[in-house]
Amino acid sequence: MSTDVKTPPQEQHVAPEGIKLPIYMDNHATTPVDPRVLEEMLPYFTDRFGNAASRNHPFGWVAEEGVENARERIAKLIGATPKEIIFTSGATESDNLAIKGVAEMYKQKGNHIITAVTEHKAVLDTCKRLEKYGYRVTYLPVQKDGLVDLDDLKRAMDDKTILVTIMAANNEIGVLQPVEEIGKLCHERGVVFHSDATQAVGKVPVDVIKQNIDVMSISAHKMYGPKGVGALYVRRKNPRVQVSPIIDGGGHERGMRSGTLNVPGIVGLGKACAIATEEMPREACHLAGLRNRLKDRIMGNLDEVYINGSMEHRLPGNLNISFAYVEGESLLMGINDVAVSSGSACTSATLEPSYVLKALGTGDDLAHSSIRFGIGRFNTEAEVDYVADRVVETVQRLRELSPLYEMAKEGIDLKSVKWAAE
Amino acid sequence: MAYSDKVIDHYNNPRNVGSLDKNSTDVGTGLVGAPECGDVMKLQIKVNPQTNVIEDAKFKTFGCGSAIASSSLATEWVKGRTIDEALDIKNTEIVKELSLPPVKIHCSVLAEDAIRAAIHDWKKKNADKPATVEAAK
Repeated sequence: MSTDVKTPPQEQHVAPEGIKLPIYMDNHATTPVDPRVLEEMLPYFTDRFGNAASRNHPFGWVAEEGVENARERIAKLIGATPKEIIFTSGATESDNLAIKGVAEMYKQKGNHIITAVTEHKAVLDTCKRLEKYGYRVTYLPVQKDGLVDLDDLKRAMDDKTILVTIMAANNEIGVLQPVEEIGKLCHERGVVFHSDATQAVGKVPVDVIKQNIDVMSISAHKMYGPKGVGALYVRRKNPRVQVSPIIDGGGHERGMRSGTLNVPGIVGLGKACAIATEEMPREACHLAGLRNRLKDRIMGNLDEVYINGSMEHRLPGNLNISFAYVEGESLLMGINDVAVSSGSACTSATLEPSYVLKALGTGDDLAHSSIRFGIGRFNTEAEVDYVADRVVETVQRLRELSPLYEMAKEGIDLKSVKWAAE
Repeated sequence: MAYSDKVIDHYNNPRNVGSLDKNSTDVGTGLVGAPECGDVMKLQIKVNPQTNVIEDAKFKTFGCGSAIASSSLATEWVKGRTIDEALDIKNTEIVKELSLPPVKIHCSVLAEDAIRAAIHDWKKKNADKPATVEAAK
C-alpha cells in the first residue's frame, strides 16, 4: 500500500484587515524605538549636539542636563540613586565591566565566581576569559523549569567567592530567576551580586534595594530605546561596591567608563525608562494576555507541543515552545511573514542547538524544534491570532512531511530506533 | 540567510511526498540522519524487477528547508533511472542544482546517503533471487 501526501502548495498569504506584514514578534532580539523616545532624542543630534563633558559653555551644559535627566529617570525605574548609574555602549559592555571590574577590584579577597549555565554569552564568555587569568568559575546547572536551585548556589559558595552573576530574565525562555533570594544569600556572605537584567528592566518590576542587587546591566534597545547604549548600576552604599574600569581614557563616568557620552542614546534610554515607569503595570498585563492567547490558540489546535521553561516565573511577553517532529528552521521558513527565532542548530552560527534548552534537559530533538515568540508593546490581538494560525497550519503541513511524525503515529518509539549516523 | 529560489520552490511544492509499502519486495527504504542532529530523511524507491528501473520514489523529511529540498530533488532524479544510474548521483550535483551554501552541504550528503540506503535495502531484500535482468534474457 502506498500513500500519497497531498501538501497544498504554500500560498502567498494576504494580510487580513488591520494587519501589516511582515509581523515583528522577536522583541527579545530587539525592539523598535518608541516614537516618544525618538522625539526626545532628535534635538540632541542637532541643536543640542554638545559634548556632555564640556564644562565651560552652554553647548556642554545642555548636553549634560540631558544626560543627568536620563540618569535620574533610569535610577527611578530601578529604585537606585542617579550617582549609581554608569552609561555604557550596551548590556554586553555592562556585563564585561561588571564581571571583569569586580574580579579585578576584589582579587585580594578571592578568585571564585559563580554563574549559571543559561546565562547570556556576554556573561559566560567573560567568565571563561577570567578562567584563563586564574579565576575559578562555577557554572550552576538549572532545574527543569530553568530556575537556579538556591541550595546549589549555597553549596557552591566558599570563602574565596567574590562574585555571583545570575540574570534576572532569560533571553530565550523568559524565565525569571529568584533574584531577591540570590541577593540575600550573597549579602549574608559579603559576596557581590551582579544581575544581567537586560530582558527584565522595563518589563517586570526591578528594585535593586528590595532585590539585593549590587551591580546590574541594562540595555536600551530591549525596552524601546535605541541600540548602542546601556547602563550599569553600581551600588554606592549598604554595601558600597566598586568596579575597576575596563576602558581607560578621559575619566568619564567618575572614572569607571571613559569615552565621550552617547548623549542622544542616553536621552533615549532615559525616556524609555520614564515610559516604562508609567506604563509597565498595564503593559505587562496586556502582554501576558496576548501571550496566553497565542499559547492557547496554538496548543488548542496542535498535539505534542511543549513549553520550555517555567510558565509561572516568566516574562509576560515570552513564549518558547517546541513542536515535536518539526525542525525549527523549516518552520520559520513556512511562516516567513512572521519574525520569530528558533533554538534550532540550523539557525545558529555554531550549528549547535540552543544551550539554554539543553540545560533544561530538553532533548536535542526538541531543542531543534523550538520557537521563541517575543511579544512586545506594538503587537496586537489580531497579529497574535494571525501568527497562531500560520504556526498551526505550517506545523501541520510539516508534520505530514515528517518521517518522525509518521513513525510516532505508527506507534514506533523514536528513542528505541537505532539512527544511522550522518 | 537567504534561500535560493529552487530551495524555496521545493519547500513550497515538495515533489513525491509520501510513503511506499516498506514490506513490499520491490520497495527499498532508506532512513538516514538522527532527530538529535536535526535531520532525518526517509527515501523510498519502487524498482521494476525486470528492468531494475526505479519507477517510483517517495520521501519524508524532518529537517530544515535545504534538507527538504535536497530529498525532494533526490526523488525527482532517481525516478526513471536504473539502480546503477541512481548510485551515480553525487551530493555535489545536488549542491549545484539547489545553490546550497557551505553550511547546508550536509543536507545534500544526507540525500545521497538516503538514495544509497534505499538501494542497499532493496538489494538486500532481493539478494537471494537470481539477478533478474539476467533471468529475463
